Amino acid sequence: MKYLDEYRDPAKVKSLLREIESAVTKNWVIMEICGGQTHAFLHHGLDALLPPQIELVHGPGCPVCVTPLEQIDRAIAIASRPEVIFTSFGDMLRVPGSTKDLFAVRAQGGDVRVVYSPLEAVQIAEANPEKQVVFFAIGFETTAPANAMAVLQAKNKNIDNFSVLVSHVRVPPAMEAILSSKSNRVQAFLAAGHVCAVMGFHEYPPLADKYHVPIVVTGFEPIDLLNGLLAAIRQLESGRALAENQYQRAVRLAGNESAQRAIRSVFEPVDRKWRGIGVIPQSGWGLSPNFQEFDAEKRFAVEDILTQESAQCIAGEILQGLKKPFQCAAFGKACTPGTPLGAPMVSAEGACAAYYRYHREGTYG
Amino acid sequence: MDELNFEGYTCPVPIRPTDTVLLGHGSGGTLSRDLLNRLFLPELGRAAPRLLDDSAVVAIGDQRFAITTDSHVVSPLFFPGGDIGRLAICGTVNDLAMVGAQPVALTCGFVIEEGLSFELLQRVVASMKAAAQEAGVYIAAGDTKVVQKGGADQLFINTSGIGTIPDGIDISGARAHAGDVIIVSGTLGDHGIAVLSAREGLGFETKLESDVAPLNDLVQAMIGAGGIHVLRDPTRGGLATSLVEISEQSNVTIEIAEQVLPVKPAVKAACEMLGFDPLYIANEGKLVAFVKESAADRVLDVMKKTKYGEQAVVIGRVIGSGKSPAKQSCGQVRLKTAIGGTRLVDMLPGEMLPRIC
Repeated sequence: MKYLDEYRDPAKVKSLLREIESAVTKNWVIMEICGGQTHAFLHHGLDALLPPQIELVHGPGCPVCVTPLEQIDRAIAIASRPEVIFTSFGDMLRVPGSTKDLFAVRAQGGDVRVVYSPLEAVQIAEANPEKQVVFFAIGFETTAPANAMAVLQAKNKNIDNFSVLVSHVRVPPAMEAILSSKSNRVQAFLAAGHVCAVMGFHEYPPLADKYHVPIVVTGFEPIDLLNGLLAAIRQLESGRALAENQYQRAVRLAGNESAQRAIRSVFEPVDRKWRGIGVIPQSGWGLSPNFQEFDAEKRFAVEDILTQESAQCIAGEILQGLKKPFQCAAFGKACTPGTPLGAPMVSAEGACAAYYRYHREGTYG
Repeated sequence: MDELNFEGYTCPVPIRPTDTVLLGHGSGGTLSRDLLNRLFLPELGRAAPRLLDDSAVVAIGDQRFAITTDSHVVSPLFFPGGDIGRLAICGTVNDLAMVGAQPVALTCGFVIEEGLSFELLQRVVASMKAAAQEAGVYIAAGDTKVVQKGGADQLFINTSGIGTIPDGIDISGARAHAGDVIIVSGTLGDHGIAVLSAREGLGFETKLESDVAPLNDLVQAMIGAGGIHVLRDPTRGGLATSLVEISEQSNVTIEIAEQVLPVKPAVKAACEMLGFDPLYIANEGKLVAFVKESAADRVLDVMKKTKYGEQAVVIGRVIGSGKSPAKQSCGQVRLKTAIGGTRLVDMLPGEMLPRIC
């Protein structure tokens, strides 16, 4: 298939692997930011083909994984109300809150619907004026423009039975949080290509400079990932630390300016809690003052739901790259995709789920 | 920025299997199996090694019969390439065929929501008639129930079927052997993606049709060629789930090659877009066969001469049974990726969910 096969070409993969082998002389710890990249490494079996000097650690770029428990509990509280049609991207439905998940709400009679686009949720609101329609607006800079468009559309059309439960997160503050942590092991980043397609990568040169860490904007296909790794390794081996763009077919320095305008018109940066990590200053988007009437937390008075996580799994260490999923005692035993103990086991992009599906036994290490 | 305490954060307490049935319990994956193992089998199931096969085998006197039942709840009722009626006939015919039986007769039960138009019901029944004629089976008995509005989604159809198993035929998911060659009869995922795009109004530009078809003629031709150990139609849960089930039933390790898996470009594109894997998408007119190595070429030739097996292709083989010398644990399905890596293939955990980004 066009735009896919050429980036999965086995001969090109082999030659890039050889280039990487000859470029590596020392041990390096490299973090791929995005869960989609983690998934691609394991889905294609690429990780096992890399030279042993390269240790990949899996970053916090999985929106399902980092949405905080209390936000899931708020979603569950709202979705359980009889007047509500609760709409969400599919993989949020299986994320456990403190007592149940959204699937269970649906099974108990709640009207919970999977949508493919937030604009569908606006259409549902138009078609059901007697209902309150809520969209679970989660995700990184990738989903923010479409979610912003949904709010703008609702405002323009005066649709007053639509609101959003917002839990948007931003990548650069999370990278800075990891880099400034005392326990940080990450020496280079593969930045998330699709996030940069929206936001550009002008935020990265100052980070690369301040922490002396190579940051390579990287795509999601095997050839992209290997090119990204090769660029990062060449920088590491030669002592350079620059922001570099491997994903030129999709990413420009300035990004997609009209998407950024949509985000800025609806959202403003806020402090945000990340599941497994904690509050990172200015690391999220919240509704700006002009759009407060679309805030589902206020409309349904669920702001007071504050949930503490109790000790069960090591998601925090995994999301920060300190531990691998198979180093968790619960991995594959108490914790499986069918009965996840933690969010990284839920989404296909969660590091634990990716390891469970592709490397559970026998084939790793 | 303040130092963050990454170590202090943890995941929530486990949520154990719910006290209510979830949609995922019907997905054909691990949740479905949980439901069977926890609830149905202890009460209703007689211990039988071949419980996971598509049909049960029952002997009356010297004659062995295959019996099976299947309920159909597809939405929308009509989708590109088929409808609930054709699906209800083919599903049961195929389940019978997968243990090597020649399907003879079917029963059908209709659960109808009040308000359904006669015109629509008429079209479903006409489609059932055509499918039954194509498969060479007759409808021996039937039942109709009407429920009030909201008590069902338009129309549910249950079909049960019976077929005869000729002497000397022993086909089961428990019969895979080391060295067996694995063949699929054609492209993967056509049905699931066709229904999904019709249901969700995804509006793909390429017209994609469900593969729903009766496979009994194909199976009879294959049996004639000899050497068939296992047959299964990878419906809910897709090829991956069928292969995992067979690997566990037979205690063997299976290896398949991604590069040779037959997937139509439209299905591949839809899966790439939605974050699905064609290995997990339902088929309704395809089978996977485990064939004795020496018979594989013959079986493949025969398949390619039939209407529903034209695109048959070898996708892998059984590389070990019991404890293999390579110390690979059995009951495992491994996939050689196109770029030369290896990974595990697992069952679908619950509902298949489109990803966020």
